[in-house]
Amino acid sequence: MKVLALDSSGLVASVALVEDGAMGGTLLAEYSVNYKKTHSQTLLPMLDEIVKMTELSLETVDAIAVAAGPGSFTGLRIGSATAKGLGLALNKPLVAVPTLDALAFNLWGQEGLVCPLMDARREQVYTGIYEFQDGRFTCLVSPMAADIREIAGRLCAMKRDVTFLGDGVPVYGHKLTEVLLAELTAAGKKHWYAPAHVNRQRAGSVGALALQYIREGKTQTAAEHRPEYLRLSQAERERAEKDKKGNV
Amino acid sequence: MEEQKDILILAIESSCDETAAAVVKNGREVLSNVISSQIVLHTVYGGVVPEIASRKHIEKINEVIQEALDQAKMTLGDLSAVGVTYGPGLVGALLVGVAEAKAISYGAHLPLIGVHHIEGHISANYIEHKELEPPFLCLVVSGGHTHLVIVRDYGSYEIIGRTRDDAAGEAFDKVARAIGLGYPGGPKIDKASKEGNPEAIHFPRAKVEDAPYDFSFSGVKSAVLNYLNGCRMKGEEIIKADVAASFQRAVCEVLVSHALDAARAYRLSKIALAGGVASNSELRALMEKACQKEGIPLYYPSPVLCTDNAAMIGAAAYYEYRRGVRHGLDLNAVPNLKLGER
Repeated sequence: MKVLALDSSGLVASVALVEDGAMGGTLLAEYSVNYKKTHSQTLLPMLDEIVKMTELSLETVDAIAVAAGPGSFTGLRIGSATAKGLGLALNKPLVAVPTLDALAFNLWGQEGLVCPLMDARREQVYTGIYEFQDGRFTCLVSPMAADIREIAGRLCAMKRDVTFLGDGVPVYGHKLTEVLLAELTAAGKKHWYAPAHVNRQRAGSVGALALQYIREGKTQTAAEHRPEYLRLSQAERERAEKDKKGNV
Repeated sequence: MEEQKDILILAIESSCDETAAAVVKNGREVLSNVISSQIVLHTVYGGVVPEIASRKHIEKINEVIQEALDQAKMTLGDLSAVGVTYGPGLVGALLVGVAEAKAISYGAHLPLIGVHHIEGHISANYIEHKELEPPFLCLVVSGGHTHLVIVRDYGSYEIIGRTRDDAAGEAFDKVARAIGLGYPGGPKIDKASKEGNPEAIHFPRAKVEDAPYDFSFSGVKSAVLNYLNGCRMKGEEIIKADVAASFQRAVCEVLVSHALDAARAYRLSKIALAGGVASNSELRALMEKACQKEGIPLYYPSPVLCTDNAAMIGAAAYYEYRRGVRHGLDLNAVPNLKLGER
């Protein structure tokens, strides 16, 4: 079984081709670019490169996996529309992999907690808390848009070692380490920042998780797929706030 | 023999608040034309909210495309190319259609043709009027655009007049809001005007210095707002239908006189209307009258082809296809794409 995976949820554009197998499966190709160019211009040419390099006939792919959110609204839609278009053209199912799950999965086997942080602007991060135990990947705190202080509070309460990764690290890492996690450090718990090769979105992780999802029957049709933003649009937020005030 | 073959194009349009797909044969024959309008969703906000529009596009787009294929009794394998609007428009909204179209073209091994939204509006006339061929003068009027364009040939355009401030449709929206008719303003004002006297109030017909074919609609909009304020201060009753009709007359008269002047000056023997405001009944009536007087044939698309739709994009894509235009996998959305500068 072969899965084509896409992630354009953040600054990185990433495409991968993953094949399952009895002992872990195979990453046939992965192409990630963390550079200025817009995902709209890079994602399909990257896929085309992988198709050429692996002599892939697209028709032989079993499913299209996509990092389905949270993330940059526009970035998510570029990935989703690309996956939906491929799904429609090739008549293949889609697998929606939560962005933060895939990001945490980069650190498979890591001891302690794994906490991906994606910069969500407005002093917020998209985040969750994960762990690997006995080879099992578990989500302890589900993906959410939260204030950086909130996730720090949760981590302090859990009193365990933690590894951070994601594009929220350069933005909020300093504040986390110096201020918010002082309590954790005082309790003798350690924290680390994942190194460059695994600290951003990788379509390989999206694909590897998608293989699990497919085994569990968690696929969608291309038509029904939509991103999970975890946040309303600004207009809807403002309207909701206004309504709330109006009702008080 | 290649030329004998029918050219079938799947077209996708998502530049604003309609998610649309169509299958068009040889540029002029519509096999399907599916439009999923979001207008109700945006009405509570008094205008199109870009992020909401983009979210709805991604939810609907596959359904709309599949519907277009089904209605045309086609599969992707029957098609010659995929056409898509890549500008101008709302960038987030455009990107959904562009990414989708690129993926379909790649997955189904079909050539990709990026289409200018306004070229689409102009090309709607080719669908409606099988005999219409360039050259002609086209007045493009919509919520986002007001252009006087010389269509010299298929794919060859020269803009000779444009608005300096508001688009005509934008002025309709603003005035409709000011007199409490709501959104979208164009159809609401058109309807209200039918009960009103277009000569009840004189609103200015703006001319732009040294640019005889340019438009300015912010002046007439301000004049309406001033008039409304004046009435309120004096405690006079505001007759909405009269305000609507008089405003509409002022806008339409300028559109018509500019178009006729340009047709005369550039010796163009045909005039076409395009864009959402081309559905306006007053504009059509005044234009008919003026063209009849001058002996110039007038063309305009039926209302469903005036609004944003994908059939018009398919028509424009066909002529681009014939000219050998093909876009690559790196095609991007261009929110301020200029007409004729590609």
